[in-house]
Amino acid sequence: MTRVASEALLEQDLASMKPLQGSLLEGRSLKSRIYTGITWGLAILASLPLFSVLYMLIAKGGARINWETLTALPPAAFEFGGGIGPAIVGTAIMVGIGSAISIPIGILAAIYLAEVAPHSKLAETARFLAKVLTGFPSILAGVFVYAVLVVSMKTYSAWAGGIALAVLMLPTIILTAEETLKQVPQKMKDAAYGMGCTRAQVVAAVTLPTGLPGVITGVLLAVAGAAGESAPLLFTALFSTYYVNGLEGLGQPTASLSILIYNFSGMPYDNQIELAWAASLVLVLIILVFNILARVLGRQKF
Amino acid sequence: MNATAEAGLIESTLLERNRNMDTNRETQMDTDRDDHQSRTSTPDSITAAAAWHVDPQQTVMDCRLNKIFYGDFLAVRDSLVPIEKNKITGFIGPSGCGKSTVLRSLNRMNDLIPVFRFEGTVTYHGQDIYDKSIDPVLVRRYIGMVFQQPNPFSMSIYDNVAFGLRLNRFKGDMNERVEKALRSAALWNEVKDKLKNSGLSLSGGQQQRLCIARAVATEPDVLLMDEPCSALDPIATRQVEELMLELKENYTVALVTHNMQQATRVADTTAFFSVDISEGGRTGYLVEMGDTQQIFADPREKLTREYIAGEFS
Ligand SMILES: Nc1ncnc2c1ncn2[C@@H]1O[C@H](COP(=O)(O)OP(=O)(O)OP(=O)(O)O)[C@@H](O)[C@H]1O
Ligand SMILES: [Mg+2]
Repeated sequence: MTRVASEALLEQDLASMKPLQGSLLEGRSLKSRIYTGITWGLAILASLPLFSVLYMLIAKGGARINWETLTALPPAAFEFGGGIGPAIVGTAIMVGIGSAISIPIGILAAIYLAEVAPHSKLAETARFLAKVLTGFPSILAGVFVYAVLVVSMKTYSAWAGGIALAVLMLPTIILTAEETLKQVPQKMKDAAYGMGCTRAQVVAAVTLPTGLPGVITGVLLAVAGAAGESAPLLFTALFSTYYVNGLEGLGQPTASLSILIYNFSGMPYDNQIELAWAASLVLVLIILVFNILARVLGRQKF
Repeated sequence: MNATAEAGLIESTLLERNRNMDTNRETQMDTDRDDHQSRTSTPDSITAAAAWHVDPQQTVMDCRLNKIFYGDFLAVRDSLVPIEKNKITGFIGPSGCGKSTVLRSLNRMNDLIPVFRFEGTVTYHGQDIYDKSIDPVLVRRYIGMVFQQPNPFSMSIYDNVAFGLRLNRFKGDMNERVEKALRSAALWNEVKDKLKNSGLSLSGGQQQRLCIARAVATEPDVLLMDEPCSALDPIATRQVEELMLELKENYTVALVTHNMQQATRVADTTAFFSVDISEGGRTGYLVEMGDTQQIFADPREKLTREYIAGEFS
């Protein structure tokens, strides 16, 4: 191509060119930048409390995180050293009991709500109650289990604590699982029915596996929430300075991290207060781990 | 012929047809009231043209439908659709005329829609699949389905194809059957190195072929295919057509298609459905059914001729 021709072409191009290059200071662009800046600022502001709490916990409790603290029995009034071992184990056991009860019931209930009879009276009622229950003060779960179980068994116990936690975990699990199961595309279920699946087979082979990430998210968030509960345990598990002792030990008062924090932080001894900080840090880390797991495992596949 | 004149013609034929229909429907309703058994007899409102007679020995399925409702909406009425053994039966007709509805009635897929109601009979090897004693789940094991929209499961390509085999407790060589199914759906070469990848990671056309592989893996007695090639390129379309021709050697295929050329290429018998809008509703019905050759070369009904002329021009 000769130079002249290409220049002519260029001129033609310029004439038909659309003004696509915006200026950064021009109205629309400037506004969008300001909005972006504001949202950034607000996001940082919102995460400020979280990070300052984390910072404070690490600063005050970090120093006491060592093997002794994690495993030893809590100290008596003027004792030095000691740890939060029974509380960690107690929390794990009671969250475990709560999960063992609430996960299967919650998922089955969600299947009923999402798949079996979504518009039935029973489903409408259950859904409504679950929603109400999510907004319930957690202390009421403790009072309820106290009235039903602790009074009749005549003792505080890990069982009662676990059941109180189950009551609190149930609505979260039901509602999140129902939501994800409902999002499994109908055409996928149709394909399974078309192959000659019964409804139970469709749920087991298609709906549940497809919605599993979302169900797991709900479960892990419920677990994280339960691990941090204190009020319901106050009325049900109370506290103990010893490790849970075998199966029988589950029928006796049981330690938990949250109650330990509550008890020790109010004591006039530095050692106990330090342990309360350490326990807080451990608790927050446990909750954080479950939240991160929920995010990682909760990626939807469709 | 210009469009208005054509529309006018269709309208007048419809009117004429409806005059017949009206009288017929009244008698139909009377018999309905008198005798519920009329369900199983041939609806007498079906015109001679629609009744395509085949050797009962050769029909795998015989669909005699009086009415199909979605709630109050009458979607399809008065159609006799026999499906012959070892043949491909094509369903053609304008969009919304109820081709999918009729096809899905053949394996009771529509039962999943709560408002769906079927009046009539569909016999499969002599049994009415709408009889109370029939388990629709078992019906669907024998009468497979490929849907209008690709719907692979959210699992690996391999598991998608093996799904039906596992469901039927298949004991033989699973790998071999999966490969065979993928080959016959013309997908094997594209996926043989990534059988563990999710079925959802495939392109739309590949997903549709995966669904075809999934459906043929269990070797269903009858395969219902609802526009299986609408998302495919010409090469894959040819391959799927070859598959259908291969399948009919041992099985039976019912195929909904919007592609007239496809119908002429593969269908042995063609059923033409149309929509009746005369009563405010949009009710589909079978206009004419016959040898594909005859339907396309020498249709008995004016409506069929006009539809085919319109589609080919
Ligand atoms: N689930 C449903 N609920 C209510 N009405 C429906 C349902 N499915 C289909 N219909 C109606 O039934 C009629 C026939 O629909 P159908 O899907 O069978 O048409 P079609 O011939 O397959 O059309 P297309 O060629 O566009 O696929 C349409 O009027 C449609 O609106
Ligand atoms: Mg359709």
